[in-house]
Amino acid sequence: MWQHFQTFPVLWLVVTLVVFLLASWINAKAGKTPFLHPVLVSLSLIIVVLKVTETEYVTYMEGGKYIHLLLGPAVVALAVPLYDNLATVKRLLLPLLVGCVSGAVIASASAIAIGAWFGLSDQILLTLAPKSVTSPIAIAIAEKVGGYPSLAAGLVLITGAMGCLIAPLIYKVLRIKDESVKGFVLGVGAHAMGTAYAFEYGMVAGAFGGLAMGMTGAFTAFMLPLLIPIIGL
Amino acid sequence: MIIGFLILLSCQLVGEVVVTFFEVPIPGSVVGMLLLLIGLIVVGKVPEGLRLSSEGLLSVLPLLLVPAGVGLMTHFGVLSEYWGQLLIALFVSTLITMFVVAGLLKLLSKEKLEEGER
Repeated sequence: MWQHFQTFPVLWLVVTLVVFLLASWINAKAGKTPFLHPVLVSLSLIIVVLKVTETEYVTYMEGGKYIHLLLGPAVVALAVPLYDNLATVKRLLLPLLVGCVSGAVIASASAIAIGAWFGLSDQILLTLAPKSVTSPIAIAIAEKVGGYPSLAAGLVLITGAMGCLIAPLIYKVLRIKDESVKGFVLGVGAHAMGTAYAFEYGMVAGAFGGLAMGMTGAFTAFMLPLLIPIIGL
Repeated sequence: MIIGFLILLSCQLVGEVVVTFFEVPIPGSVVGMLLLLIGLIVVGKVPEGLRLSSEGLLSVLPLLLVPAGVGLMTHFGVLSEYWGQLLIALFVSTLITMFVVAGLLKLLSKEKLEEGER
């Protein structure tokens, strides 16, 4: 009976939506802490459900793929907020480009270097490389360069939570008060989770966070295929 | 709304064709995003339908990440073996990245960025 029922794709769509709503509610109750991010909570709960019901990931994806399919057009849609902030980009072209390029290169290269020092396999290193990039782009990058897309999604989320934790310390040490710098740093280092956190500092910080996230994501997608052969992976 | 969605999907499709044709390991959706950005700059405004579809999709972006994230369950072997190394790599790398970017931006452009505030 259950064996037959678990092959209904709609079942897993319903499970995903219900769990996501529950996770969003939990996150709101917990004061929106990045450590109980709705995506982290959702995927943990769904994995528990799948383990308990002895359902394979491929069976779950029979339903999940319909949601996953929308990631592509959602990445394309990131062009709209970028366009909305175009005036800012033009005015601050040099500092924003320097911040975005240096951040993207350091984030990927340092993660690969530390991972290599620990002796992790090439495929895990390729999965670590896009860890500071917003998850939809990171998943796409990992698929393209030969990493594990699902693992990349998880590492990106953990990076986001860590970035939100690290950022206030860095502002203190470097005595940074400028809202736009705070937002941009969060967007470069901690993608969408950092951007959401940046909105806590104000609208300007949030806008710069979103801008940094879009620029860094697009730049990393073009940079990594060039960087990877240079480091010999 | 439908036209907006059509624009998004068309940009992705062209992006996929471009990366396949040139055999570059860049995601087609990211190329599509740049194509759309160029298109918007040329047109000079965001069409109503496109804004509706885009903002609709982006508002549910976290939900769209869940199915891929659930795939973590297929990597429990790697995770149980290397979770410590992975966490250290992520933490140190994120710390260095944010420190350098914050320092650079502070040096480069304190006044300039303040001008940019709306």
